[in-house]
Order: sequence, then C-alpha cells, then structure tokens
Amino acid sequence: MTYEIIALYAVSFCLIVGAIFTLVGAIGLLKFNDSMTRLHAPTKVGTVGVGALLLASIIYNGVFNGGAIQELLIMGFLFVTAPISAHFIAKVNMHRGACDTPPELPEGEEWATFDLPAGDNALLEENTTSAN
Amino acid sequence: MARFFHWLFPHPLLTVLLVCVWIILQNEFSAGMAVFGLILAIIIPRITAAFWPERPGGVHAGKMISYGVMVLWDIMVANIQVAWIVLTVPNSKLKPAWITIPLDLRQPEAITVLAGTITLTPGTVSADLSESGHYLLVHILHTDDPEGERDAIKTRYEARLKEIFK
Repeated sequence: MTYEIIALYAVSFCLIVGAIFTLVGAIGLLKFNDSMTRLHAPTKVGTVGVGALLLASIIYNGVFNGGAIQELLIMGFLFVTAPISAHFIAKVNMHRGACDTPPELPEGEEWATFDLPAGDNALLEENTTSAN
Repeated sequence: MARFFHWLFPHPLLTVLLVCVWIILQNEFSAGMAVFGLILAIIIPRITAAFWPERPGGVHAGKMISYGVMVLWDIMVANIQVAWIVLTVPNSKLKPAWITIPLDLRQPEAITVLAGTITLTPGTVSADLSESGHYLLVHILHTDDPEGERDAIKTRYEARLKEIFK
C-alpha cells in the first residue's frame, strides 16, 4: 500500500516538474523578440519538460499497469531529432537575416549554409527579398 | 565467409539496435516478434548500406556511458538556469551572442554528437558548420563572457569526445 502511495507521489512530482518546464518554454517562446533567442525556448521543453512527463508515464505504468518501456524509445528519438530540427531552423534564420550576422571565419572559409551553387544563390536572394 | 558476413551485416551494431527497438516497440516479448525483428534488422541495414558505406570507427563504450550521464546532469542544471533567465531577465538586458568553436574533432560522428550535445544543453544551440568542418557556429542565449563559454565547451565536451572516438 505505502509502495503505491510513494509511486503516486513520484508520478505527481514528475508531472508537475514537466508541466512547469513546458510552461516556461511557452513563456520564453512568447517573450523573446528575436527568432534566434526564441529558438532556445522549445529546445528546453523538448528535454526536461517532455522527459519528466515520460518519466511519470513510466513510473505509473510500471507500478499500476505491469510495465511499459516504450517511453524510453520516445525519449531516445526525441533526443536524437530535436537538435536536428533546431539546427535547420537556425540555418533558415541565418538565411533570412532574422538574427545578428554570424561572426566571420578566418582563412577565407565560409559557413557551410552559405556555400551554395551560383544558381541557388540567385534563387535564394529572389525569395528572401520578395518575402521581406 | 568473413566477406559474406560483412555483406549480410554491413553495420552489426545497427542490427542489434534495430532488434532492441523492435522488441521495445512490441512492449511484450515473444519469440515470433524477436524473429521478425531480426529479419527486419537484417534487411534494413542491407538496403540502406549504399547511403552509409563506411563503418564508424571504434568507440570507447565505458567512457560513452559516463559522458551520457554527465550530459544528462548538465541538461538538468542548465534547464533550471535557462528557466531562471526566461522568467527574470528582461529582453533589454538579454545578451545573446554567436561564438565560433574551432574543432579538433575530425570524425563526422564525433562532430554530430558534439553538435547534438550543445543543442540539448539549454542556453546553446549549434547553428552551422564551416565548409571544411573545422569550425562550429553556436548561438548562446545569455552570456557575459563568450570566450569563457567557448573554452568551457571545448574542455568539458570536446576533450571527452576525443577520448571516446579514438
């Protein structure tokens, strides 16, 4: 009996922690006024917020429903894919000039996202000027 | 024989991983599921082998685990710091910064893990790689000392990854 009560408290604790971090992520998304700083908020939610909610699910299912570990897969896939989507959103921001210009590189190198075939560059300029 | 084995299992670790993922997806273990998972785990790496011709080099598994635990801990700590920044620092006082990290790592897998780690630890997002792959562009949410942050990433993560990917 006490075992189940402890589990219930643990589940509630994880749910509250997850909810708080998700809320903070949402506040950050609304509050910041630059698309690059705004990108920081959802990557936070993706880690601790969702992680805590999934932990709650694991504990609940482990104690009351005879175990479920699919949540581990969700967490694994999330941790692998979240940086990739953030990476691409950052690149889009750099192309649209929605943030400060990134620092110059030494030795005549260039950031890979600006290293395009000439035809693509013309297309990109056309698109960004018409979008602005 | 060794050649046939290499043809059938281009990525042995991927095969093992796929079997595990399949069994976890089913959520209950049965022999039929394990066999079907094994069939999938042989077919999928075989089909995708053309996209991934080289086997990644050896990794130091023990150090990889301790690195994972350290990163998880860092994610927790840094999340609380960022939550604090979001709630207390007004927009006008926020000091975002770009930093350029010169990389000593050369293996693509190692750089991928480093970039992923940087994005997962809150407050930093890895944004781009230079053409040659020798520099990493990182965006920081709020910092007074960009050089210090750069050195911290280099000593805390990159040095360890260099030991993991020999």
